[in-house]
This record gives sequence, structure tokens and C-alpha cells, in this order.
Amino acid sequence: MITSMPQKTQQKALAFLSRSAQKSTPFDITKVTQEAMAVYGVHAGNCLQILILIQQRLGYIPVKANRMLSRSLDLPVSHIDGLISFYAFLTDQPLGKFTLYISDNITDRMLGNQEVAAKLCQQLKVSERTSRADGRVYVGFSSCTGLGDQGPALLVNGYAINKLTDERIVQIVALIEQDVELANWPDTLFSIETNINQQDHILSSQPFTGQALAFLKKQPSRDIMQELQASNLRGRGGAGFNTYRKWAYCQQTQAKQRIVVCNADEGEPGTFKDRVLLQNHANALIEGMTLCARLIDANQGFIYLRAEYLFLYPTLVETLARRRQQKLLGTNIIGIEGFNFDIDIHLGAGAYVCGEESALIESLEGKRGIPRLRPPYPVTSGYQGLPTVVNNVETYVAACHIVLNGGDWFAKQGVANSAGTKLHSVSGDCTQPGIYELSLGATIKELLKHCGGEDAQAVQVGGASGTLVPAKDFDRGLEFDDVPTGGSFMVFSKQRDIFEVIKNFAEFFRHESCGFCTPCRVGTSLSNEILGKIANGQGTPHDIDRLTRINELSSSMSQCGLGQTAHHALGNALRHFPECFTRRLQTKEHALAIDLEQEIVRIAVNNREH
Amino acid sequence: MTEKQQITIDGQLIDFEQGQTVMDAAIAANIYIPHLCHNPKFKPQGSCRLCTVNVNGRTAAACVTQCVANAIVENQTIALTAKRKDIIELLFIEGNHFCPSCERSGDCQLQAQAYQHNMIGTELTYQYPSRQLDASHPEIMLDRDRCILCELCVRASRDADGKNVFAIAGRGNQANLVVNSDSGLLKDTQLSVDDLAMKVCPVGALLIKKRGFNHPIGDRLYDHKPISEVGHHHPYETNQDRKKDKLQEDT
Repeated sequence: MITSMPQKTQQKALAFLSRSAQKSTPFDITKVTQEAMAVYGVHAGNCLQILILIQQRLGYIPVKANRMLSRSLDLPVSHIDGLISFYAFLTDQPLGKFTLYISDNITDRMLGNQEVAAKLCQQLKVSERTSRADGRVYVGFSSCTGLGDQGPALLVNGYAINKLTDERIVQIVALIEQDVELANWPDTLFSIETNINQQDHILSSQPFTGQALAFLKKQPSRDIMQELQASNLRGRGGAGFNTYRKWAYCQQTQAKQRIVVCNADEGEPGTFKDRVLLQNHANALIEGMTLCARLIDANQGFIYLRAEYLFLYPTLVETLARRRQQKLLGTNIIGIEGFNFDIDIHLGAGAYVCGEESALIESLEGKRGIPRLRPPYPVTSGYQGLPTVVNNVETYVAACHIVLNGGDWFAKQGVANSAGTKLHSVSGDCTQPGIYELSLGATIKELLKHCGGEDAQAVQVGGASGTLVPAKDFDRGLEFDDVPTGGSFMVFSKQRDIFEVIKNFAEFFRHESCGFCTPCRVGTSLSNEILGKIANGQGTPHDIDRLTRINELSSSMSQCGLGQTAHHALGNALRHFPECFTRRLQTKEHALAIDLEQEIVRIAVNNREH
Repeated sequence: MTEKQQITIDGQLIDFEQGQTVMDAAIAANIYIPHLCHNPKFKPQGSCRLCTVNVNGRTAAACVTQCVANAIVENQTIALTAKRKDIIELLFIEGNHFCPSCERSGDCQLQAQAYQHNMIGTELTYQYPSRQLDASHPEIMLDRDRCILCELCVRASRDADGKNVFAIAGRGNQANLVVNSDSGLLKDTQLSVDDLAMKVCPVGALLIKKRGFNHPIGDRLYDHKPISEVGHHHPYETNQDRKKDKLQEDT
């Protein structure tokens, strides 16, 4: 829902979302629900954002709040139930006054997140994924939180804490046991590093405070579009669609209103470069969106910020407010009469699939993040049916640099079909994890040399949905036509077991499938189960055939990119690292799917307990 | 007059009108493309993926893909048929489908598709999910064990009956059919046996109580002809008509 006053909305939302607001005075459900509705306005399209505020304030969505919303927003209760059960961070029950989600990507596991979970649970006297009897604390797991370079990490009531050393665990446990309000936890716990290890023009640039926008006064829009065309910029989110074409298509539509959306739902496991851009270069992002708005004639923008980056919300609000004061946002921007554009921030609530642009738009509209059928594409029919440009954070930032330095300047960097530089989020087995800005076309070997990961047996490029590349192929290039990437680069040394990587990805996709189409919904669930069976030593060669079959099915028959890529890395691993699977298999044709003795013991224990 | 536009399905040239999907055009030309979540009465959604075909070499769900002039569509290929069989197996293992005791046996599209695709059993692991049965309504039973999440009842109740009784909640393999009432139970909704939502379920998830096996097994819609020959008739609607006939005979 487009709010008329983004500034006011954002200020009011801060009262729910900033860490300094996290104090647990006794809350009245009715009052909180009314306040949350008042922030965004009583409209069905705001339902998800309202639920997020209630969750943040109360720690859950009580039935009473659900029913109030249903009546006020004129929505079926089943719609609201559908939202709560779709988004991982929304719950209809209180989990704990302090709810801890430990980041559970493979790189977090390699950094010892399981030990962290065990220590936290032991010291807090609570079991994993169970609320403590006094309701004080809950320890669960989440998908990658975007802190792979500084893990193990967790979220406490939505706020990220990195580098979970033993000292920090003890400190967190003490704060919880002493019932210290989150607002009063030491700031040092919540400082997030940027770890910029290699920078080029994007990461070394000065803040954009109108330098790119100024060109709108010097040149006609057509000329700026030509620069964009000459640059050959392609989308940085992973799919690599030509940015000029996307903007031009959108601009050419017949419409009274158009929308600019920034996809900051950086959910691909192992990616955190957008987080760093939002931390250090939010001005460039917002300036890029504002440029886009002028070029395609849009007056409304959205930043869809993933829930895991809640800690960035207050600084983004601040940056937006400052830019309004500087006339770089709002009405009559940079003094151009009728150049009106403003940006709302919408939060995600824990759903990887919302990184898919049409699912993201559904989520912006306050619905479950089920990908839409395409065509029509968002450029012709996106947010509320309006022509919509959706681009990644890095794409908007790059657009600013192109306007400033020219399309030819940009096109000269990188390689054919892959112009410019690319930010890589490097994590895993290397001496210098963090962010690397390299020209597109740099080889995997080069990046490994930069980050001190030469010992790798394989790298996973492009996140869990990307490509597992074995050492023999490290001369391949990080570019759209060779090994494409949205910016995730996970390094696995020779000591690592690739099977563990694949198992972790399978758990991830089982958890993140939206459930809409059959091949993905059942396929991801089944492959995860089969890998579990193999992990337990109960697998047979037939199980490899089954995995291959599921891979072929889901990659060719699924509705969206999630299902189509969910088993990609598995396929790579079966091809390049078959021994990781075969050495776990029973040689028999048929084996019991379970360990009979273990099962008997388990059932006996269960019976005794009940 | 506008020029005739055509596509080819498995070598057969057929006409289409602007705006028609591959499925629409196929139905009009009496060509059968297997499907479960599609019913021409409702907005197509393309979730079961059974109708996946190759359009100019790219896979696409026929029910949601617009015809483009001169498109070459492959429908009955060995590879597609094998993958469709895989999808049917996935649907069987995902729920708890016990055909021998199911009231819809013989009229069930999932079962008919299994026969159509020569599915004998499956070597995939049955998931045996634990799902809630809703027998609260005096006349209607909702057995989620047999639900395949086609959302036809969701669409029918919302778009035709105007009652909005059903919705999907949950995510991934936790996705499930929910009932739109404060209690979450059917008895607290306006659902009635005459609703279109009750007639479109392709499986036995929505059943009318006290009407078990009115029509004998062996004489049901798919008992004599495979679903590809029965074609796009909706079994339950046909079945209803047959029941009406039967009632008339009885009285």
C-alpha cells in the first residue's frame, strides 16, 4: 500500500522497530494492534507490515489481534493465518521473551554454530526449538542471516549479533537471565562489520548526495538512457537482465503511475554484499532509485528489506529523511518542478522465495510470497498491476556510477556481455572473508588468491541455488556467460565434506519452498529426506537414482526459479564428488530405510515418557 | 476478418483465438493434455504442473501459457509423460491416499491419472503426513489426507459461490487447506452441499456425508474409459447428473 507520508510512517514504525524501543512494559493487545494499524493505515495491503509490528512488540500475533485485523482490514481470518504460517518470523504463539534464531547456513556450521547452539541451550537450560517453561527464552535456527564473514551469528528478537565467541555467549546468557531489556543490551554486541577487503569504484566512492541526479538538469532523460544502454549494465541480483531494457520497457508502458522497487531481500545463502552497500552506500542506492524514477516517470518507490537486516532500518530511515531535507527526495526534487518521488521501506518476515521479484511484489502487497505467473512481467504489470521496475541494490548503485562517469567508461570494465565490477561476498575456508569488488570476468582462482582460499577443493558460486565448482574448474570466470553469480562465494577446503554442504542446502530448500507447485513442494522435501537417510548410513545406490530423478523433475517442471535451481548444486556434487555420496551407501541392493535397533529404542523411550 | 491463428500440438495444426491458453485451444480442438488443478470454469493457476508441455522447446504449463501464432507444442512425448508420472507419484506419497476405501474411487482424477500414466506403485517414500480431518459440518466432510492442494475449492468458493470458505496456509511441505472461520472448522462456515466448491474437488478431499457408494464401483466415470478419453468432463459434475438419473429411476 502506498502511504502518502513515508516520512511520518517511517518515524512511527521506528517506535516499534528500533532496538531502543524494545522494552517490555505490559502491553494491551487491542492497543498495540490499533497502534500498529495507525502506523501504515487501515488497508488490507498493509496487513503484513502491521503483523510485523505486532510481532515485534508482543513477540507473537495473538488470536485477538488476528481477529481485530480481520474485521478492520476486511480480510478473511484464513488470509491472516495464511500469512502468519507462511513467514518464518511470524508466530501465533509466544516463543520466548528473548527469541534467538541461530543462523544455520553451511558456512555458519563450518564456524561452529551447532556448538554455539549447544552451549546456549546448556547454559540457558533449554532444549533447541522449545520454549523454556518460564517463557523467558527460545533457541531456534534460521536460514542464512547474511553474516557469513563474521559468524557464527544469531538474531535476538530480530536484531543481529555476530562473532559468537564463548565470552559473548556467556554475556548473552547473563543478560537473558537477568532479564535486561533488549534496549539496554550493550551496543558492542550489535556492531556489524563491513569487512571490505578489495574495493573498486563502487566501494571507494564518496556518498552520492545529488552528483548523479544533477545530470538530470544538464541532459535530457533520453541521453541518460543512452548512457545506460551503452554501459551494458546487467542486473546484479543473479538473473542478469539488461537494466536499460528493463527500464525502457517500463517507461514505454501506458500508465499514469509507475513503481520503483529495490530488492534488498538478500536471502541467497552466503550473500551479504547488499548488507554492506546498505550500511555504507545507502545514498547511492537511493540516488539510483530516484534516477530510475525520473527516467521511467515513477513517483513511488519501495525498499523491500529482509527481516534479518532489521538493524539497518533506523539508519535507512535517517538517510531517507536527510535526503528529503536536501531536496533529493520528496517533492520537486533538485528543484525540478513536478519531479516527485518518495520511498517506503517494507520489511520481509523470513521467506527466501520473496527474493524472486514477483513473489516480492506479492509480499509488498501484503500477501503470501507465492511467485506469480510470468508473463506478464513486473515491467508491465507489477505492484498493484502498475508497471514496476524491480532491481537489486547493487544495480541501482551501479546506475549512479554510470550516470556520473558515462556508459562507455562502465562498458570498458569487465568482459564482453559482463560489463562493470561485481561485489562478491566471500565466506568459508579462507583467511580473509568479506567483500571483494572485482571486474566481472575475474576467475575463481583470482578471487581465491585475494581471499586466501587457495586450498579449496570446491567453491559454491551464487548461493545455494548456484553452481558448485570443483578445483579443476577454478580457471572459469565469474561472469554472466560462464559462472553467473548474484554475489555469494562460499569456499570449501579439502578437509570439508561436500556431502554436508549439499545436505545443508537440501534442508534450506525444504524449509524455503513456498509450497505452491508440486515438483518443488514435494521434491525438496523428498530429496532432503533421502539425503538424511544417506547421512544415517541407510542409503543404497537406488537413492542416488531417486535424487537424480527428483533433480531432473524439479529443475524442468517447477513454476519458478526456486524449484528450478533447488537441486542444481546436488547435481553438480553428484557429478564432481560422487564419492561423498557413494562412501556412505550400503552396498546391498536394498536396505532398511531406518536403523531398526535405534528405532526400537526411540519408540521404547517415547512410550516410557508418555 | 482477422486471419486465422494456429499452433501445432504434436504435429496437429489447430486454431486459437487471441488470449487463449494452450490448454484452452487444446480443449477446443479435443486434444487431451493431462491436468489436475485446471478446470475451465476457473482462473487457471498452474500449480500441479501436470499439464507441462514444451512450447517452442521450452517447458511451460499449458493452462497458464498463452498461445502465440505458429507455436510448436509437444504434449505426448516420452520424456514429458515420464515426468508427469513422477508428479503423480509425488502427489500420492505426499498425502494419504487409500484408493480401495475412498468414496471417490473410480471418479477420482488423481487415481485416473495414475492409471493413465501406468503408475503401478511407487518406490518413493510415503510421507504419511498427520493431517486434521474436519467432520464438524452436518453434511460435509473435509479429509485433508486426500487433498492435493489444487485450490479448485478455494477458487470455486471465492469466485463462484462468493463465500470464500477455503484458503491455503503454511509453506512448503507444511502447506495445507484451511477453513475460513474463527474456529477453523467447516461447521462455522456457510458451505453447503450445493456449492460449486463441493463439485470441483478432483479427489476425495471434500465429501458429502451419508452418501457413501451410491454409485457402484465398476460403473464409475473412469472405470470403463481412461481419463484421456473421458476428456475434460469434470467427473463429479457428471457423477451428480448420473446420481440425479439414478434418483429418478428409484422414485
